[in-house]
Amino acid sequence: MRYIPHTNEEIQAMLKSIGLKSVEELFSSIPESLLLQKPLKLPAALDEQTLLGQLESIAARNHTLPMNRSFLGGGVYRHYIPSTVSDLMRRSEFLTPYTPYQPEIAQGTLQLMFEFQTMVSEIYGMEVANSSLYDGSTALSEAILMAIRIGKNRKTVLMPESIHPEYTQVAKTILKTFDEHFVTLPITKEGTIERSSLNDYLNPDLTCCIIPYPNFFGIVEDVRDIVSMVHQAGGLVIFSVTEPLSLGLFESPGALGADIVCGEGQSLGLPPSFGGPFAGFFATKQAFLRQIPGRLCGMTTDNKGKPGFVLTLSTREQHIRREKATSNICTNQALCATQITLYLTLLGKEGFKKLAQLNWQRTEYAKQKLSAIPGVTLTFPTSTTFNEFVIQLPKNADVVLRDLRIKNFDGGISLDHWYPNLDNAVLVNVTEWNGKEDIDAFANALKGSIQ
Amino acid sequence: MSTPGTTGLVLEEGLSFAQSVKGRIGYSLPPSGVPETDPTAKLPKTLLRQTDATLPEISEVDTVRHFVRLSQQNYCKDVGLFPLGSCTMKYNPRITEEVSKIAGFANAHPMAMPEATQGSLQLIYELQQYLAEISGMDFVTCWPAAGSHGELTGMLMVRAYQTSKGNPRKKVIIPDSAHGTNPASAAICQYEVVTIPSNKEGILTAPAVAEVMDEEVAALMVTNPNTLGIFEENIQEICDVVHKKGGLVYCDGANLNALLGIVKLGDAGVDLLHFNLHKTFSTPHGGGGPGAGPVGIKKKLEPFLPNPVIVKENNDYKLENRPQSIGRMKAYFGNFGMLVRAYTYIREFGPEGLRKISEMAVLNANYIRKALMGTYHLAYSKSSLHESVFSDKLQKDHGIKTLDIAKRLMDFGYHPPTIYFPLIVHGSLMIEPTESEPKDSLDQFIEAMKLIAKECEEKPDFVKAAPHNTFRGRLDEVKAAKELKLRWNP
Repeated sequence: MRYIPHTNEEIQAMLKSIGLKSVEELFSSIPESLLLQKPLKLPAALDEQTLLGQLESIAARNHTLPMNRSFLGGGVYRHYIPSTVSDLMRRSEFLTPYTPYQPEIAQGTLQLMFEFQTMVSEIYGMEVANSSLYDGSTALSEAILMAIRIGKNRKTVLMPESIHPEYTQVAKTILKTFDEHFVTLPITKEGTIERSSLNDYLNPDLTCCIIPYPNFFGIVEDVRDIVSMVHQAGGLVIFSVTEPLSLGLFESPGALGADIVCGEGQSLGLPPSFGGPFAGFFATKQAFLRQIPGRLCGMTTDNKGKPGFVLTLSTREQHIRREKATSNICTNQALCATQITLYLTLLGKEGFKKLAQLNWQRTEYAKQKLSAIPGVTLTFPTSTTFNEFVIQLPKNADVVLRDLRIKNFDGGISLDHWYPNLDNAVLVNVTEWNGKEDIDAFANALKGSIQ
Repeated sequence: MSTPGTTGLVLEEGLSFAQSVKGRIGYSLPPSGVPETDPTAKLPKTLLRQTDATLPEISEVDTVRHFVRLSQQNYCKDVGLFPLGSCTMKYNPRITEEVSKIAGFANAHPMAMPEATQGSLQLIYELQQYLAEISGMDFVTCWPAAGSHGELTGMLMVRAYQTSKGNPRKKVIIPDSAHGTNPASAAICQYEVVTIPSNKEGILTAPAVAEVMDEEVAALMVTNPNTLGIFEENIQEICDVVHKKGGLVYCDGANLNALLGIVKLGDAGVDLLHFNLHKTFSTPHGGGGPGAGPVGIKKKLEPFLPNPVIVKENNDYKLENRPQSIGRMKAYFGNFGMLVRAYTYIREFGPEGLRKISEMAVLNANYIRKALMGTYHLAYSKSSLHESVFSDKLQKDHGIKTLDIAKRLMDFGYHPPTIYFPLIVHGSLMIEPTESEPKDSLDQFIEAMKLIAKECEEKPDFVKAAPHNTFRGRLDEVKAAKELKLRWNP
């Protein structure tokens, strides 16, 4: 076995030095009745070449279309990943260390965590950020848990219908054993939060209100009025951001008055990878720092006065506080966070803005093009969107999407599964992968598919 | 002296932000290609960002140097022995990286229709079956993103099960040697944690569990082998005690690397068990994540599996949402990229290969244990499996603490073992070499450990000032926590 270096002679020599006669004796502390007598029933070992072939054929059962033929978004976005990113991320020094418990020999990982925290703070417009959580959905649950710790006896969590539906499901699972009331806030005909639905909950029982930004329909709305209503009631405002690139164009949650901002980092340099691994972003105000979940990296100096970095404020964490910790989470998603840091370093200040503008421009073009097809309309025509929008089809969305697949297009996401009242509606995402020709070809195909 | 040592060229590298020069960029933007519209003219001003996010402005060349220089400041498994106990720092085969990058997997979109992602579903389904066979469990869910997330998933299932029996119950029993995540995960599910001590041999006994076991205990959380590397030999009796009072037994599978093809914990009576794919099944540790923490369960817990559940019909895979499920644990389909790597790893090893992993991991750990016994104080004399726990007891008289020994090891070219865990051993040094190291590599490490022990006697002050050869000296953690600089400021 190429990963196990031991020769028979070495095994014998090692056994002898331990004072044992056989490998089996190494397991003599295990009750005999538990020792397996037969090999595991698993497929036989394969050589690398054969194995690669088998996995390629499993991968081929995924009918994954080229990026420019796909209009799928819904919280996982197709953005171009520069070759520099893919190449540098193969480095052993990023792949094979562990959590930087020993900072003297982990300054690379630590400094990149510090740079990551800075980038997330900057993008969200917040004072402090942690070094990442699992993903956007669990980050939202952690944000609500944090709001509960801060709000103490407050018991109401306001969840607009326009939050990513799977994020809502996750929050309801993880917070199942808490006695919080989850109140669903309805959306207007324009896909925005129905303001009047908040009125009944603006009281001392309000823990927090979640604001999806942009929301699941790609809509960016001015929520300053909601922020001030919630703050007046003494509640916290949590922004949930599934597409952080939007913040290259739209006002930052921090500038809008957010108390906690959390979300998904995938769109900034990670491939879709069937939904993971990604990295959850999490930021807050300095005042709430000690309630933050997850790992934090801080700057300090070494014994010669040179600058360096360490994990800090670990007295919040499970390995010290055990059942009293701010979260049960151990590590961050360091490798994904490093990849995002690399992507954002390349993209830079101007690139982040310009790529956001480009996404918006192409999306506006796609909106015009698709809504010009007879029978197709925009579901929320007057709302501002970023790189995603909803169209209304004249017939069953699943039927149309299946027909589009035959023409090699992933046309978008059918919404009636989550929103039964949005019958025949499809969520369409457009990124820099989808050029004018792709959008035109898609519009043509859609025209045919709805007939 | 034949240890690797730590001299070499490592360059200073400042923060990327501090290197910014206005106008530099490392990315080539495509032209929009569509009729140009100016968003600032078309969008309401109230919606537009007023202050730019300050990201670095540096070229591609400088970005590459920045990342390569920083990478060189890291110690990693690929440069040498990484005996971090309980973390199973084994070699990560490159084939698994290659497979995870096949376009059909890497570009698979989780919102695509299930008929377009049959390959992903097949791989997850088969991995679930393999893990069930390895552990002796009936079903496995692959959705949890990490071990701690697996624990939370498991404890929510415990609660759902107990609730279905009429009472969610109030308490969870956890031994004092457990990882901190165990009590933290139980606490999120509103369980009160009852801590029980291990005995003089470092293990749990059935009478000790029986003493605290009652009808208000929902579950016992146990790690096996435990964090001392010792197999909990009373596991069957303990499971009986817990089951008799209607409780469940949850096993933290952090140390499964000792048991592949040797023991199925399901056979011992365990009801739930999580796997750390980044430990036992070698997905790269990545500097602290991502991991993956699938959970195996017995049949009686099946109705409560997190949604969605993959079912196979003929040769097709479908997703099913079940009414009694605890619900969804994470958006989409777990850390799929990690599942691909673990699947590949299992297929390359096969049943005999997996057993060989555990045999050699245990052989290596015992070889080090035997060689260092006497030089360092062995916390428990009872025989152990894949790791062994020493302490600083013999070095304390010279004023040396575990931390000093750990730091000095770096000068010899090693990552230190896990220190100060488990908490039940004062000044613990937990050594887990894994199966990846050959005898000569272990001999070098043993030699370094012995040399350090000698230095502790002869020049303790030198050891206390270690490390001497690393890129940075000891870092001031008190200052970091006091001054709290968590970001660069423009």
